[in-house]
Amino acid sequence: MSVITWKYASPQYFYPLAGKMIPWFSVLALLFGAAGLWLGFFVAPTDAQQGEGYRIIFIHVGASWMSMFIYLTMAFWAGIGLSFNTRMSSMMATALAPTGAMFAFLSLWTGALWGKPMWGTWWVWDARLTSELILLFLYLGFIALQAAIDEPRRADKAGAILALVGVVNVPIIYFSVKWWNTLHQGASVSLTQAPSMAKTMLLGMLMMALCLWMYTLAVALMRVRVIMLERERHSEWVAQLPEVQP
Amino acid sequence: MMNAFGVLSAVVRRDLLVALRRKSEVLTSLFFFVIVASLFPLGIGSEMDLLRKIAPGVLWVAALLAAMLSLNRLFANDYADGTLEQMALSPVPLGLLVTGKILAHWFVAGLPLVLIAPMLGLQYDLSPRALMVLVISLLLGTPLLSLIGAIGAALTLGVRGGGVLVSLLTLPLYIPALIFGAGAVEADISGLGAAGHLSLLAALLTLAVFFAPWATTAALKIALE
Repeated sequence: MSVITWKYASPQYFYPLAGKMIPWFSVLALLFGAAGLWLGFFVAPTDAQQGEGYRIIFIHVGASWMSMFIYLTMAFWAGIGLSFNTRMSSMMATALAPTGAMFAFLSLWTGALWGKPMWGTWWVWDARLTSELILLFLYLGFIALQAAIDEPRRADKAGAILALVGVVNVPIIYFSVKWWNTLHQGASVSLTQAPSMAKTMLLGMLMMALCLWMYTLAVALMRVRVIMLERERHSEWVAQLPEVQP
Repeated sequence: MMNAFGVLSAVVRRDLLVALRRKSEVLTSLFFFVIVASLFPLGIGSEMDLLRKIAPGVLWVAALLAAMLSLNRLFANDYADGTLEQMALSPVPLGLLVTGKILAHWFVAGLPLVLIAPMLGLQYDLSPRALMVLVISLLLGTPLLSLIGAIGAALTLGVRGGGVLVSLLTLPLYIPALIFGAGAVEADISGLGAAGHLSLLAALLTLAVFFAPWATTAALKIALE
């Protein structure tokens, strides 16, 4: 058992496995997405207070969840890569970062689009919005640092330290922004007092979150395959792959 | 072998001596702080009520930027001439030497900001009490900036475009320091009392004193590989 599982920590064996998994996760993403959109647009009732505009929640919440979850996953893989010096884990962290940044941006963007009709403003300096913005900055820092270092192994390790420092800082930043916000008496809008949700809304939201999760897996695996090919291009197993034959 | 304190003071003395030989670098970030703080009234207007309100934030952001500007010389020169490699090879733990360098950086780049801040605060018409809180908050906050900044400086050592990159890495991490530092002065002005903010700032400083040299050392070892 252990031989089989550890085998996939090597790019040579993980590459074909990832190739086999991508279609499955893509199909799951499509199915969950179709179910989520159907529930979100046709089944879920119109909100009594917010009208039709609230339907942006179906993408917004999932994107926010994924942006945070991906950062944790990224830091986890980066930490494993740093401590056990496993190449695959670091590649996985690198592959996850752009998708995480995309979700952080998407979360902010959809939040702004939602906020304008609901609160009458694109942006409030609420703790959650501000932390999400800072999370986006952390992602961008990670990507920029790795892009600036030419040598892949050094880029992996430097990125890993930054990701781990970021993970320690995320709760500190969240609470500092939260206390700052309450002390300022700034925004009068509270995001926490959401009206209790209908079951179908919740189900639709979960479906969309699963869709985004599966999408993340598929895209990260695609990206990690490209990274593997790029880094291992001089190795024997890459030369023997059917897709690189002239 | 020297004891830990001896090593620490030796590194601090050496770095201070190097800094004294290149005074212009030290003064540049100090003048940067003064100029940035003086620009705001020119851009916003000289209404004293408004200035008094924005003073804590403006002074703190200016201090943050000034501290960040000086980060590049924390390790870059020693890295370029090989001193850092010798430090890593020495029998003394690298973490101790790094702590000494960070301390020296604070003496050179942080402490002058603390000392000149009351003068800038006067331009913003802060009360003597608020000035005192400003000094205390900077006294607790600027070492925090040096400690967190050291991680960014070590990560970007010898990296293309390191100067700009270090700001992208460290500025988000500076946010808690900014919030509690500026918040302390603001809370004092509004009569809430600054004790809570200052305690949190001190807590952050304690955390950073423990973790930041460690992370910086790990980053330096990667850069030296």
